[in-house]
Amino acid sequence: MDLNIIWFILIAVLIIGYAILDGFDFGVGILHLFAKNENEKRIGINAIAPVWDGNEVWLLTAGGALFAAFPIVYASVFSGFYIAIMLLLVALIFRAVSMEFRGKVESESWRKTWDVAFGIGSTLPPVLFGVAIGNIIRGIPLNANHDFTGTFLSLLNPYAVLVGVLSLVLFTMHGAIYLTMKTEEEHKTRMINIIPTLWIAFVTIYFVVTLYSIFESKFLFDGILSNPIFWITFPVMIATIIFIPVFVKSGKFGRAFLCSSITIAAMVTLMAIGLFPNFVPSLNDNLAQSLTIYNASSSQRTLETMLYIALLGMPLVIGYTSFIYRIFKGKVVLNEDSY
Amino acid sequence: MDAVILARLQFAMTIGFHFFFPPITIGLAWLLVIVETIGWRKKNEIYVKIGKFFGKILALTFAVGVATGIVMEFQFGTNWAEYSKFVGDIFGAPLAAEGVFAFFLESGFLGLYLFGRDKVSKGVHWFSGLMVALGSTMSAFWILVANSWQQTPAGFVLRNGRAELTSFYDAVFNESMLIRFFHTIDAAIISGAFIMAGVAAYFLLRKQHIEFSKAAMKVAVIVGIISSLLELFPFGHEHAKQVAQTQPEKFAAIEGLYNEEDGSPMVLFALPFDNPPELKGVIEIPGILGYMVFGDPDAKFLTLAEVPKEDRPPLWLTFVSFHNMVILGMYFIGIMLLAGYLIKKDKLWDNKLVLKAFVWSMPLPLIACQLGWITAEVGRQPWIVYKMLRTSDAISVTVSAGEILFSIILFGLIYLMLGSLYIFLFRNKLKHGPEPIEVKGEVA
Ligand code: HDD
Ligand code: HEM
Ligand code: HEM
Repeated sequence: MDLNIIWFILIAVLIIGYAILDGFDFGVGILHLFAKNENEKRIGINAIAPVWDGNEVWLLTAGGALFAAFPIVYASVFSGFYIAIMLLLVALIFRAVSMEFRGKVESESWRKTWDVAFGIGSTLPPVLFGVAIGNIIRGIPLNANHDFTGTFLSLLNPYAVLVGVLSLVLFTMHGAIYLTMKTEEEHKTRMINIIPTLWIAFVTIYFVVTLYSIFESKFLFDGILSNPIFWITFPVMIATIIFIPVFVKSGKFGRAFLCSSITIAAMVTLMAIGLFPNFVPSLNDNLAQSLTIYNASSSQRTLETMLYIALLGMPLVIGYTSFIYRIFKGKVVLNEDSY
Repeated sequence: MDAVILARLQFAMTIGFHFFFPPITIGLAWLLVIVETIGWRKKNEIYVKIGKFFGKILALTFAVGVATGIVMEFQFGTNWAEYSKFVGDIFGAPLAAEGVFAFFLESGFLGLYLFGRDKVSKGVHWFSGLMVALGSTMSAFWILVANSWQQTPAGFVLRNGRAELTSFYDAVFNESMLIRFFHTIDAAIISGAFIMAGVAAYFLLRKQHIEFSKAAMKVAVIVGIISSLLELFPFGHEHAKQVAQTQPEKFAAIEGLYNEEDGSPMVLFALPFDNPPELKGVIEIPGILGYMVFGDPDAKFLTLAEVPKEDRPPLWLTFVSFHNMVILGMYFIGIMLLAGYLIKKDKLWDNKLVLKAFVWSMPLPLIACQLGWITAEVGRQPWIVYKMLRTSDAISVTVSAGEILFSIILFGLIYLMLGSLYIFLFRNKLKHGPEPIEVKGEVA
């Protein structure tokens, strides 16, 4: 296995970490829009308050790692998706500050304003990530210089928008499952009751998206069936999807959360093996213009140096992150330090 | 307007706004380590209270710092795609290292520090505060590696139309790295000290929370004296020497060395003009500069007259920013020493004039930081990577001027709002004081 492949995998791992962890933050934020009373809202926010920023760092690190390992992808995709990224950044800004600001002034309208900002700031990113992924699966228009030649509106094609909706539903469900572990009584019952609905919506849309992909994506399925990783990942994913409602029903919320986390990981993995060895396929039939893990990468020396950084740093990160999660395990209890 | 100017404006605006917050975060984090240490080891409730109160200010600052930092992480790709392609092989690694070694640390432990006070032992809580300070300092380290590399590139070869890494060590410890790191971290500590002193002065003026404020003021002034003296010497001095040796054009712009016959005086005051380059109303001490940089009063410096016109940095802005930073630095030393003297004589606590000066001085170190960055970054022009890549060749070719303008207006409005809210909530916090706040929002 060469360094380019290792970095392709590591970036997929960072994206998986981000999707699982910040995914439930987004879900909590989306559900915040439907919270019944002030207490539920505060429980929701405080369920993620100590950890959401650490979760977001997975995105920042994925961005940094992409810049370091595949600078051409970083440059082409981010400048190509300019307006979409600006919208994403605005949403992330509002999500970050609204949690801090909302409890700071004793006023009903002040809190309402930040509730909306928090909700929208949590709804937009999953949709935009989904749209971006949809476009990458489909391929984006690239010229010989690997520059994006489409427009913002061309990114909003029906397929990509549907993937955006899929991502929204998935993360809402993921957040609801997370909240079952953090809430009590009525609040918890409501979370348990909406999970089946979200699950049905998710399964239906995922099925449609998969069929749609066969027509939209010219190469995603090319080699996938002969790839052994597919034959491990795919059954695992189906099993975890099925077990989500089963575990929720039997009150094993931790396991249900594990299942939805694995589902997310499996979905990203399937996409990664479908794309491989491309990073960003070109929409024009000319695959030579695609960004691959070879023509878009940094030098071998940089990939190697980066690998040392990752091997040195990531075990530490995972160590103290689990330590911190363990401390905040269990139901949310509001006190004078809470938001 | 042309896309290059707009992209530069956009970068200056977003990074400038971001950099109001990191100095407070880093500075306060270290001050909190001191305060929490005293509170924990000496079991002194006053210091625990100081820790809690400034912890809330840290949380507020951190939130805005994070919100504006995310923008920076993606900005190189969105606005400076050609730059990203040229430097990615080198520049991306420190950015990734910043995530791995710093952001995870500071954000993870900040959560524990703010929300875990009654969930963990006092020792673990203290440790989480230390990790926040360490994490934010390491984040500064790595991002300054990236910035310093573009000022004084090292450890690479030009190959395949881009800079490719040859030695990671050389790239990290390039010529301007360490001194920039110390100068910037010390600037952050000065900023933190002035925030703490300003808050304490505000309470003292209102005759509230007297014990609390005296204790906070003492810590802030001790840290303030040390850090502001160090900022002039050795850090400021060594930084200037480094610029003179590695970026002589910038140094000429900073010091107003425009024509041969100027020699090497230290200019104390002057009005600079860009076209033609000239200083008016000069007050100067002859020979000092050469002595300070090379230990030789007759040393020759590169003057701007020798630099081709298209390679000259903007003169007025660089000169004015630099000199005002230094003037502010002198003021910080002055007021901190004065306050130290007054504390010793027990005369500070009702000295309205000095206390008021402290309240109004809270933003000044932040302004000095902005001026410092303008000196460093505008003085680097017209190069985005010094002597390697011009700023005008570095922008994204696929992004139109209209799109950049759209994002400037969008972020301009959002930042205006965030800035106002930050000041509003900061003042709110001051009015509220350090008393335990009643649990909010029980409306249910
Ligand atoms: C000298 C220090 C320094 C400098 C020059 C910069 N930053 Fe910064 N940044 C910090 C010091 C810092 C910090 C102290 O770590 C922050 C600031 C506010 C905060 O509370 O954390 C932070 C936050 C912060 C975050 C959010 C991290 C999180 O979610 O925890 C990002 C993504 C960036 N920054 C990225 C950047 C980039 C790409 C910069 C350069 C162009 C940059 N910063 C300049
Ligand atoms: C945090 C404090 C910083 C401030 C206040 C600051 C300030 C500025 C300013 C004022 C400009 C515009 C210069 C001009 O166009 O004339 C600029 C440009 C730029 N800076 Fe910085 N800077 C900071 C840190 C950094 C860091 C840490 C990096 C890199 C890691 C960086 C990279 C750049 C780049 C790429 C540009 C745009 C191109 C250019 O105009 O040269 N800056 N910055
Ligand atoms: C007192 C005398 C001071 C001297 C002689 C001095 C010297 C310098 C020099 C020469 C630079 C430019 C470096 C470059 O262009 O690469 C610089 C930058 C800077 N200064 Fe100062 N400085 C002083 C005080 C201060 C103070 C008081 C602060 C803030 C509290 C400050 C904050 C900064 C910052 C943030 C930068 C930009 C980052 C960097 O390049 O290090 N400086 N300083």
